[in-house]
Amino acid sequence: MIVTLNTRRYMAHDIEIILSRQLADSLSVPVFIVDTDGTLLFYNEPAEYILGKRFVDTGAMPVAEWSTLFQPFDDDGNRLLPKELPLVKTLYRKEPAHGSFWIKSLNGSSHKISVTSFPIIGRAKKFSGAVAIFWTDQKAKE
Amino acid sequence: MKINLLGTRGSHPISNQESVYYGGSTPCIQVSSGQHQIILDAGTGIVNLRSSRSEKKEHHILLTHLHMDHIQGLGFFEPLFDSESEVHIWGPVSSQDSLFDRLQRFLSPPLFPLSLRDVPCDLHVHELADEKFTLQGFTIFTRFISHPGPTIGFRIQNGEKSMAYIPDHEPMIGSLDIYADANWLSGYDLCNNCDLLIHDAQYSTEKYLKRVGWGHSSIKHAAELAKACGAKHLVLFHHDPSHTDEMLNSLFEKFIDGNDYTFPIELAREGMEIDL
Repeated sequence: MIVTLNTRRYMAHDIEIILSRQLADSLSVPVFIVDTDGTLLFYNEPAEYILGKRFVDTGAMPVAEWSTLFQPFDDDGNRLLPKELPLVKTLYRKEPAHGSFWIKSLNGSSHKISVTSFPIIGRAKKFSGAVAIFWTDQKAKE
Repeated sequence: MKINLLGTRGSHPISNQESVYYGGSTPCIQVSSGQHQIILDAGTGIVNLRSSRSEKKEHHILLTHLHMDHIQGLGFFEPLFDSESEVHIWGPVSSQDSLFDRLQRFLSPPLFPLSLRDVPCDLHVHELADEKFTLQGFTIFTRFISHPGPTIGFRIQNGEKSMAYIPDHEPMIGSLDIYADANWLSGYDLCNNCDLLIHDAQYSTEKYLKRVGWGHSSIKHAAELAKACGAKHLVLFHHDPSHTDEMLNSLFEKFIDGNDYTFPIELAREGMEIDL
């Protein structure tokens, strides 16, 4: 007899998230990994410079916490709403997204960065979260 | 729950005088409790199934993945060719082809004389992702794990006892250490506090570093994962086909002598039976 039971609550992340971290750990570009709620599950060492925090110190961070650590704005200096950020677009649409904008770092200087994000959807078509890759476009804007 | 190791060798079957003790058949495990039985993987060890068991009319074969060493015996599983048998094959879902179509690639001419679609038994093929279900009185959990291609591991619960079966697994790609945080451990939910963990340990540490990304563990990977998950007994499985009995003993003794794990660790041996 075969009986399907209720979905079990797992302790470990989905394998697609775990393998994303293993990739991020080996990259020299900043990488964020978020779950479907936007909780920042992991950021690699290069991303620690963007956030000004170390992953070993913070662990996972809710979106309300990590999104306030940098203030994104456009070329005209207008503050960007969360929904305008590539990673948030990916979470809502479950599609890849790309964008360039400015952020202010902890030392007060501004950097133009590009962000490419993509959804993590595994073999069983389950949406597990998203990955964002960051890189600096230009030299710091004083 | 009785666990009978019918095949413990990885990659391809071997037969030589130097490997008689640990055996040369590829992965297959019979798990039984009373009249209930399931079969884990269908490597060449499946031909070692006892005839009394094969008289059953309902059969369940649970495949971790479709690499050849895990399905090579499937075409020689006699109930497939018995019109009075009901055979259920369970295996990992893929984002593209169905499980049936993927199995059919092997079980069809020119690689096999018959086509899977033409076997006379009452055949059912079930696709699995991350799931929990009961089968033959066992509660079964499945999770995708780190190994090339769609691959799942199994946790089988029978009353208070549990076993985890992860025969092909590279928990950390390119590193001999594993993450300290359980949230980030491939296979953690399968092994967590299990009474028995049967786990890939194909490589020595030195050989692993030459086989990064091939999807297998060193003995250290297996032991560290078992330790992190609180497994109570570890059986090292999926032996490298180039490792003779003497080499396996030597690798194992060298590893054990340098460590002080608090749970029993032993090498899987074809024909080994474990009672839980």
